[in-house]
Amino acid sequence: MNTQSLLSQLLLGLINGSFYAILSLGLAVIFGLLNIINFAHGALYMVGAFCALLAMQWFGIGYWGALVLAPLVVGAIGVLIERLILRHLHQLDHLYGLLVTLGLALMAEGFFRWAFGISGASYPIPEALQGGVDIGIMFLPLYRAWVVVASLAACFATWYVIERTPLGARLRAATERPQLTQALGINVPVMVTATYAVGVALAAYAGVLAAPIMQVNPVMGSNLIIVVFAVVVIGGMGSILGSIVTGVGLGLLEGLTKLVYPEASSIVIFVIMVLVLLVRPAGLFGKIA
Amino acid sequence: MRFKVLALCAAISTLFSTAAQAQISDNTVRIGVLTDLSGMYSDLSGPGSVIATQMAIDDFIASEKPKFKVQMVTADHQNKADIASNKAREWFERDGVDIASELVTTSVGLAVQKIAKEKNKIALNTGTASTRVTNEDCNDVTIHWTYDTYALASGTARAMVKQGGKSWFFITADYAFGHSLEQDSSDIVKANGGTVLGTVRHPFPGSDFSSYLLRAQSSGAQVIGLANAGGDMINTIKQAAEFGISQKQSLAGLLVFISDVHSLGLAQTQNMFLTEGFYWDLNAETRAWSKRFFENHKRMPTMIHAGQYSAITHYLKAVKAVNSDDTQKVMAQMRKTPVNDFFAKNGQIREDGRMVHDMYLLQVKKPSESKAPWDYYHVRATIPGAEAFQPLSKSRCPLVKKS
Repeated sequence: MNTQSLLSQLLLGLINGSFYAILSLGLAVIFGLLNIINFAHGALYMVGAFCALLAMQWFGIGYWGALVLAPLVVGAIGVLIERLILRHLHQLDHLYGLLVTLGLALMAEGFFRWAFGISGASYPIPEALQGGVDIGIMFLPLYRAWVVVASLAACFATWYVIERTPLGARLRAATERPQLTQALGINVPVMVTATYAVGVALAAYAGVLAAPIMQVNPVMGSNLIIVVFAVVVIGGMGSILGSIVTGVGLGLLEGLTKLVYPEASSIVIFVIMVLVLLVRPAGLFGKIA
Repeated sequence: MRFKVLALCAAISTLFSTAAQAQISDNTVRIGVLTDLSGMYSDLSGPGSVIATQMAIDDFIASEKPKFKVQMVTADHQNKADIASNKAREWFERDGVDIASELVTTSVGLAVQKIAKEKNKIALNTGTASTRVTNEDCNDVTIHWTYDTYALASGTARAMVKQGGKSWFFITADYAFGHSLEQDSSDIVKANGGTVLGTVRHPFPGSDFSSYLLRAQSSGAQVIGLANAGGDMINTIKQAAEFGISQKQSLAGLLVFISDVHSLGLAQTQNMFLTEGFYWDLNAETRAWSKRFFENHKRMPTMIHAGQYSAITHYLKAVKAVNSDDTQKVMAQMRKTPVNDFFAKNGQIREDGRMVHDMYLLQVKKPSESKAPWDYYHVRATIPGAEAFQPLSKSRCPLVKKS
């Protein structure tokens, strides 16, 4: 094993880690405010990727348009899901939310499989980001570099809004003491809906980012979501910063595993999850309840 | 159309009911299509196989005017051997089904052929890849129709070595199918004077293959052999293009269906070599059949769809010829008769159950060379059946008498 291959695998791990980060961030935000384990997250990531694909095929809208459009469309779907279904589950056990969102995920997958087939379609890399640069240790496709920048920027923006703005302060207040916050004249139900919409819009954004490097197909979300759940559990459910840091960190760890013993790369994250749950059941960044 | 055919069947069966022979149980031949209707392989097999079977039945009734009825039953095995086994048992024991066919996915094919043997029914396997069907697990009621890993590997790997691709690196799906495809391919590479520089095994299924591709790249091998399938293979090819690997090293897709090429697009698959048992645009006959299939399915047939039609037709003709649905009589008739249709010319069913027919070495066209939708391949060579499939001398099937 030489330094060059080590560094290049770490870089690839960073790229995958930024996907984990942005997806687990959306899950963490939703869990934090709604107390819902959103199993539909992977399906909505898939829907985001399909939005990009269909926008191109049907309306000729390119990548950059899709990067804005897909989160808006999926965010609107999120508003409907929250208003029509999840709203009624607030008082119930976590399990109900999990089951309902899992059902929604299966329905979405089934629909896309029926409509577009299982192999899906290929989405081209936008022209401005085609090709790559030789950075010494490896050939880095420009698009992968863009993925890291774009997803970490979105993560940072989300973190900043929640932790450093008055809006974020209200959100956090609504999370901790919903009744009290409502009594102070803040419309908590609207904030809840908006939070769910933003959380799933992040998933759609990740879906568009993934479309040019992974085949757009109905199961692309379910392949990823289990890993992302493990990331959230390791980081601590509901911890914003935790989900970002853990996402990137586990991506790097997975990259290293692929170098040393690739056969184990799909389970290494779960091994870490078990260890973390044994030592710190609330997750690395979670507050002990 | 289907109503007319059904009405015709009903009319014919009423007319001849007195004349019907008792040899065909309830005067009805029941064909089971057991396939993946919703999962990973549903584009390359699945609903298309059901359509191909229906076409075979309709055509048979229209041209041969049999005295018996033909029914089709279908089930989704979800790529799980236990579901497939239960369904096959139910069909054979309770529903009077005579054959279980298609059986895509190796584990399913192997499980069902054991049950067929136990119940003395026929397993007509047109979907499975593994050579185990006709080797360790062979039996006298199973026929393996369309292709197998040996034929794919010998076609693609041999052609690439002959063209100068002497050094290989394999990216392999880490389960039974991937291992057997890698094994068959590297044997052929070595037998033809090539070398295998390395191999990397990835968990199944995966979504990011860039890490394995980088290793393949730094190995410096001329050819990167992809011993994986479906979504894994599709993403590997897509990401190879992204990392600029496809320009410097050749990719060899060892199990690629036309449905995979369709979903990836020519830009990312161009110049790739692959082996198939069928391509719609081989000659007038294949074009005519495929056009009819396309009208029903809105997609061109894969080799499994075409093989399914061919196998069902051959079976029904054998039933008519011996006027019986008795397993051993029909098997004997099927073995005795060469397969001659748009799919196979002079196809022969060997004692190990392998249906030997010509395979085709294909190369994916450049986008500029493709004149119409689904115009995807150059036919680079026709591989004679005797050369394409594993010779009987190497067979591990106990039914094969060694001299």
